[in-house]
Amino acid sequence: MIRTTFAALFSYWRRNLLQLMTLLAGIALATALWSGVQAVNAEARASYDAAAATLGEGQFDYLKDANGDSIDQSTFVALRRAGWLVSPVIEGQINGQRLIGLDALTAPVGIAPVGLSEQADLGSFLSGEGQIFGRSDALAAIENDVSADLVADPNIAPQTVLTDVLLAQRILDREGEFDRLLIASVQPNDRPKLTAIAPDMVRVGAQSGSDIGRLTDSFHLNLTAFGFLSFAVGFFIVHSAIGLAFEQRRPMIRTIRALGVPLGSLLGLMMVELLVFALIAGAAGVVLGYFIASALLPDVAATLKGLYGANVSGTLEFRASWWATGMLIALGGTAIASASAFLKLAKMPLLTGGQIRAHTMVAGRRANVLAMCASGCALLAFVLAFTANGLISGFTLLASVLIGAALALPLILDLLLRLSQSLASNAKAQWFWADTRQQLPGLSLALMALLLAMAANVGVSTMVSSFRLTFVDFLDQRLASELYLTVDETRAPEITDFLEPRVDAILPIQSTDTRVKGVETEVFGARVHSTQRDNWTFIDALSDPWDDVARGTGVVLNEQLARRSDTWPGATVAFDGRSFEVVGVYGDYGNPKGQAIISEEQFSDLYPDEIANNFGLRLPPDAVDDLLTDLEDEFDLSPDSTINQAEIKAFSLEVFERTFTVTAALNVLTLAVAGFAILMSLLTLAAMRVPQLAPVWAVGVTRRTLGKLELLRACVLALFTILIAIPLGIVLAWVLLAVVNVAAFGWKLPLFLFPIDYLQLGFFSLLAALLAALWPAYRLSRIRPAELLKVFANER
Amino acid sequence: MNVRLFALLCLLPLQAFAQGFAGLGTDADGFSVPERGYVFDFPADHGPHPDYRIEWWYLTANMRDADGNDYGLQWTLFRSALRPGVEEDQIYMGHAAVTTPNHHYVTERLARGSLGHAGVTADPFEAWIDEWQMVGDMSDIRLEASSSDFAYKIDLKNDGNLIFHGDDGFSVKSAEGQASYYYSLPFLRLSGTLTLSDGQVEVTGEAWLDREWSSQPLSDNQTGWDWFSLSFDSGDKMMGFALRQTDGSVFTYATWIGADGETKAYPDGAFTAAPLATHQTIGAEVPTRWRVELPDKGVDVEVQAINPNAWMTTSVPYWEGPVTINGSHQGRGYLEMTGYE
Repeated sequence: MIRTTFAALFSYWRRNLLQLMTLLAGIALATALWSGVQAVNAEARASYDAAAATLGEGQFDYLKDANGDSIDQSTFVALRRAGWLVSPVIEGQINGQRLIGLDALTAPVGIAPVGLSEQADLGSFLSGEGQIFGRSDALAAIENDVSADLVADPNIAPQTVLTDVLLAQRILDREGEFDRLLIASVQPNDRPKLTAIAPDMVRVGAQSGSDIGRLTDSFHLNLTAFGFLSFAVGFFIVHSAIGLAFEQRRPMIRTIRALGVPLGSLLGLMMVELLVFALIAGAAGVVLGYFIASALLPDVAATLKGLYGANVSGTLEFRASWWATGMLIALGGTAIASASAFLKLAKMPLLTGGQIRAHTMVAGRRANVLAMCASGCALLAFVLAFTANGLISGFTLLASVLIGAALALPLILDLLLRLSQSLASNAKAQWFWADTRQQLPGLSLALMALLLAMAANVGVSTMVSSFRLTFVDFLDQRLASELYLTVDETRAPEITDFLEPRVDAILPIQSTDTRVKGVETEVFGARVHSTQRDNWTFIDALSDPWDDVARGTGVVLNEQLARRSDTWPGATVAFDGRSFEVVGVYGDYGNPKGQAIISEEQFSDLYPDEIANNFGLRLPPDAVDDLLTDLEDEFDLSPDSTINQAEIKAFSLEVFERTFTVTAALNVLTLAVAGFAILMSLLTLAAMRVPQLAPVWAVGVTRRTLGKLELLRACVLALFTILIAIPLGIVLAWVLLAVVNVAAFGWKLPLFLFPIDYLQLGFFSLLAALLAALWPAYRLSRIRPAELLKVFANER
Repeated sequence: MNVRLFALLCLLPLQAFAQGFAGLGTDADGFSVPERGYVFDFPADHGPHPDYRIEWWYLTANMRDADGNDYGLQWTLFRSALRPGVEEDQIYMGHAAVTTPNHHYVTERLARGSLGHAGVTADPFEAWIDEWQMVGDMSDIRLEASSSDFAYKIDLKNDGNLIFHGDDGFSVKSAEGQASYYYSLPFLRLSGTLTLSDGQVEVTGEAWLDREWSSQPLSDNQTGWDWFSLSFDSGDKMMGFALRQTDGSVFTYATWIGADGETKAYPDGAFTAAPLATHQTIGAEVPTRWRVELPDKGVDVEVQAINPNAWMTTSVPYWEGPVTINGSHQGRGYLEMTGYE
């Protein structure tokens, strides 16, 4: 019985291959986009983790030579023999890969890659030809240059290879030299002071709080939001495909049940059937997602590297967890999408069914429910818009805006169509609008998909573009000086004397750490100059804030500090025994710490021990190169002690271009999915529409005209949807920038609007809808008249 | 001392030891192998023997402070060669510990000979890893070690001769003939300062230095050992070990060291050690009370750990701590137990 029932159920799909394709493609696309984006995120995160684990970077204090020279092995031995638990690291380049040598025996716990402790033979690592660990692509790059045993390990940072310190010295031809000495976090008591043993060494503190992960989280959050939206779009497709299939199978189900198959067995069989589809489509989706991720990753990697200096592998390592999460999302998504259909089936009276247009007939009844749900979402969104202050409420707001809008779409479209109908004068136009309204329920899920895709595109493009504008502005503000210089404290006076007549202004940058209102804060002493007055923009400020700072009465705070301590212009803050009036709050993007700027004089009064060794130099841009040469000749300053502002800006802009490439790729993908949804909906509707079109044809409207009207209808519906999607996308961007970002990172990004971009996006969405409608319309214009005649001959 | 942590150093990576002590160190792999009839050459033999796979300078001490409280102390430098005879390929591992009745302080250091922060020279004698050191001319030795929670500075004076175990220093470890070179300085007088969590303590006592090297000390069927160094109030001393074998039997050996320095070696079976009670430490359940017998010398004593929690939480974990002796003889000593899971 089971086999026969299963065969009967499956015969439906054999006869409706197109629907089967829709279903499978829907699940596969949803899974692909979701797992693709997750893959990119996971790969990037794994890269940061690997970087942190490989180098202990940020985890441990370390010693380096004060003059930037290499460290002699005898210094290391002297420190160890004095009781300083330090571990040597040497670093260099080999064929474009970063070569790091470490000493596995003294390295602080946690710096060696996981693989080293798990799979390495320490003996082989330490002696003989040695071993080099790295990702396979990094190893491939160096394999002709080394004779050591190469061990592939995906846990090592990208473009990095890791080996024993002595082997690294030989490869780099720097025997007896190290670059830095990591300081273990637990040290013996009673060891002599560092200056007594190694006076030339300076201790560099572990990075606290400013680790790459936190900065890049912003980027990943956006990608995740994108992935989620893509999944939602795919989910709509699946839902509509399943819903339609179930409606259309009602007569069959009625027959099967009438023949005596119990409802339980029938439901079970249908679930098994769906499970099989979900497994097949999910697997295809994960594979597809892998390709999407591979295509995106190089650009994402370049973006992250440029934005945050995070090295991310440009190639994808295969991770078993993707399969698991990808399949889970495919199965879960299918389960949710089919739940209502199953529920309906379970509650269906034994002999009901046979209404081919059942799902359109119930539309009227559903409209009320939809309206109620949409209003509920809108209300929730409205309340949250004012109260949301955490990540969860932020995302809830995001979800309620999107779901509410999607649910309201059919109602709004219906309203718009009704309005258009009332404006129509001739019969054909009236029929066109009426027929469009009548088709709306069948198309509404596809249109919801289009709405979400378009809104997501508008939202993310707005966010990325706003981010770019803000960031470029921020760079202008922060890197206002043409040249930045870091020098040894003892040489500072000599160098500033040399610079005085050669530049327009020297702006010392001095800072120290303190706590302001309980928030960890970096206090800067600034020489107030037109540089700040001209370039700094404030989120909120009293008039002429820099004058107050210059007078010594005012302080300007960064947004992070202002938000965390809830201190805004007009308030007074006191730290280290002196109080200041807050005169301005400025945006400080990506900085996890608080910042406060006071005048140079106040700073040296408060912190007399701090001596400036960083300087911003104002000079004509074309004089920068000459000055650099002079500085190098005169003081032997190495290139890494100067920062040329123009180069940084150019570099940052290039990075943003890459970000746009990623965004554009995701835009195209989501639109393609939405277009696909429309195509499938139209194709499934086409067969059902014959009875409605036949009378129109019979009164003299040609098939060609009918086809054109089909096309026009798709465009009109898409256009209406797009018009709703643009404001929705802007709201989406606002939620991401002003609510989610604040909750996640403590700073708000200003929202900018980009009408030209929206027009472009709208055009592409319209194009997607048009392309999707092209084939169904063409088929309609070529439909055999016999098919249409059959409607009259064979009354249902 | 005896077989000790030979195995431990034989095979790197250290993780391998977690799998147990069985079957380790049976492969000599191009290294020299101890042979009967070796003529020791001092001071050169106080220094390292890089042709042999493993070697140690192993000191344990029983001490008391002015109030009569008991303390145990350990200072060990292990050497392990990755390749025979290659000076650069020597790995050093230092273990230091201080044991009081209530607390066991333990720490570890690792180093590579080629980087220069650990090594051993014979003349003048110096063994060091980082700031830890054992330095002197074997009649007068300075000993130091430290960590984040304890430290010690100790002076040692030698009152006796070098004691050679087994057949003139050729110490057999199994029925198959695995062996090591093994001599001791068991008559060291000690005075010094311990820095513990409660502050500094002046201590005096006696120490025992073991020197041992080999390349293949254990046989395939040996899983671990229990080692005793006992100093009786009579002035006599005894070293005995029992190597536990997979079939449940043991291979034992003992050296009797008279107060006058006269020694007598006892082959397998003469010396017995039977556990009386076990204790669950943070690492493993180990016997911390033993009945030890050497009938030939009328020894029938109960050996009891001063602090049963003297588990060494080092890369290769084991138990090592001071003991008290009661029964036919009274005294103090040290107990080491390896290979317990």
